[in-house]
Amino acid sequence: MNRILIVAEHAGGRLNAAIAKCVSCAATMPDGEITIAVLATDGAAVAQAAAAISGVTRVLLVDHPANEPALAAVLAPQVARLAEGHSHVLGPSTTFGKDLMPRVAALLDAAQVSDVMTVESAQRFRRLVYAGNAIVTVEAVGGRQIVATVRVASYQAAAAGGSAKVEAVKLDVALPAHTRFVSVTAARNDRPDLQTASRVVSGGRALGSAENFALIQRLADRIGAAIGASRAAVDAGYAPNELQVGQTGKIIAPELYIAIGISGAIQHLTGIKDARTIVAINKDAEAPIFEVADYGLVGDLFSLIPEIEKHL
Amino acid sequence: MRRVLVGIKRVIDYNVRVRVRPDGNGIVTDGVKMSINPFDEIALEEALRIRERGEADEVVAVSLGPDDTQQQLRTALAMGADRAILVRTDLAVEPPVVARVMQKLVERESPIIVILGKQAIDDDCNQVGQMLAALWDRPQATCASKIEIKGQTARVTREVDAGLETIEVDLPAVFTADLRLNEPRYVKLPDIMKAKKKPLDVTDLAAIGVAPTERLKVLRYEPPPQRQKGVMVKDAAELVAALRQKGLV
Repeated sequence: MNRILIVAEHAGGRLNAAIAKCVSCAATMPDGEITIAVLATDGAAVAQAAAAISGVTRVLLVDHPANEPALAAVLAPQVARLAEGHSHVLGPSTTFGKDLMPRVAALLDAAQVSDVMTVESAQRFRRLVYAGNAIVTVEAVGGRQIVATVRVASYQAAAAGGSAKVEAVKLDVALPAHTRFVSVTAARNDRPDLQTASRVVSGGRALGSAENFALIQRLADRIGAAIGASRAAVDAGYAPNELQVGQTGKIIAPELYIAIGISGAIQHLTGIKDARTIVAINKDAEAPIFEVADYGLVGDLFSLIPEIEKHL
Repeated sequence: MRRVLVGIKRVIDYNVRVRVRPDGNGIVTDGVKMSINPFDEIALEEALRIRERGEADEVVAVSLGPDDTQQQLRTALAMGADRAILVRTDLAVEPPVVARVMQKLVERESPIIVILGKQAIDDDCNQVGQMLAALWDRPQATCASKIEIKGQTARVTREVDAGLETIEVDLPAVFTADLRLNEPRYVKLPDIMKAKKKPLDVTDLAAIGVAPTERLKVLRYEPPPQRQKGVMVKDAAELVAALRQKGLV
């Protein structure tokens, strides 16, 4: 049997939507039993949300004052202890999971597979390399535990309706004091979340200024979309870093992705290749974004955005 | 001596269009330009700035790779690293092995800071920094966009999904560089000449005492499926009509 432990990401008492996608990934492993570990300060609500994901057998809840806000150095030794008896330890390929899971893998002396997009067997996985220019199939050898991060854009969320039992666990693990949380910029809650939104409107360098980027916000609000940005737009200061879509930003899979004034560098395309429908608006008819767009519109964004709004 | 260790990986230059070999056994590398991993260049720039601010005394660039990696280490020396160490191997080593090599070098060099790129643009693993921090039992601050050294601690701003997170860590610590940490300097010709005289030690895995244990066997490479090019619409009205028909707006 493959005993799979998934590390829950959560904030403000809410389970991150990426975890139900990790469950979907785990569920593709043969003969699996899925456990979710919730490391929190007061994690009862998060544990209940995890227990309600279909396919989950049990939830381990570790409440400790040091567990929030999450710090990889604090969580890793606890996850490594919980991992005893498990064949696989999974986390989402979010900044939380990318930070934590390799630290866990090193403590376990495990093999680590980053950004799993397909499970071929309990030991065999496919993942993207070279900024999405190649897919590699790897097989874990040597009988070690396997730590993996799950490329969440590759999976649909597992359904609700589960009723796993929640077990409170006390861990006797020394926690380091060498790493301390100071602050995090407050997340905006008045717009859909970029990583889970079904529609995303993104702006690029062609917007020209932070003021003009408001055009993207206006269109996004009009259709209930999340806002994204290209690396060029973030580098230029038109949009904050958390809106960056692409290889080093967020990798997303919305139903509708509208790229405005984005030329389509490979690093950006890697972040949107799983979008269902891609719309590109650009004044350069030769822009690479048109090679992947389902609908392309060549023209000046400053006149096209108001026109689109008129027809909506 | 307050020392900063910087990891340098030799990778296919980021401007090269990467292609999968027709036999699926790897990536086309014949005649392809090789460079320092861009994130490692940012890591090195940050180390140099820390030294230039007087918060460290020496910057050591280290790498693991084939003999030709000396080219990238010479570039690192030309950028301003004081000396370099190459741990030679022709094997495609995995992040856990790299982390163990880094750990051995840390034991030897006793740095106050290790800075690595957050990921390499070839395997895109994003693992080594965190693994080294775990093996060394020291703090990690990954995806750093700002690093401030304050005596025995550092305050690091990290790019996270929620926005920007700031943490404080005790030194020594491991940092990994994100894109917006800095803009690396250009190398000037006189610096290239000077770099030829800087020390570059070459050793190998056996001398360092790390076994290149395989954990993940690579079975095959394949090109990703290509999206089909869609249609061009003539104006905003046609675009909105098409999206409406598909129920997308």
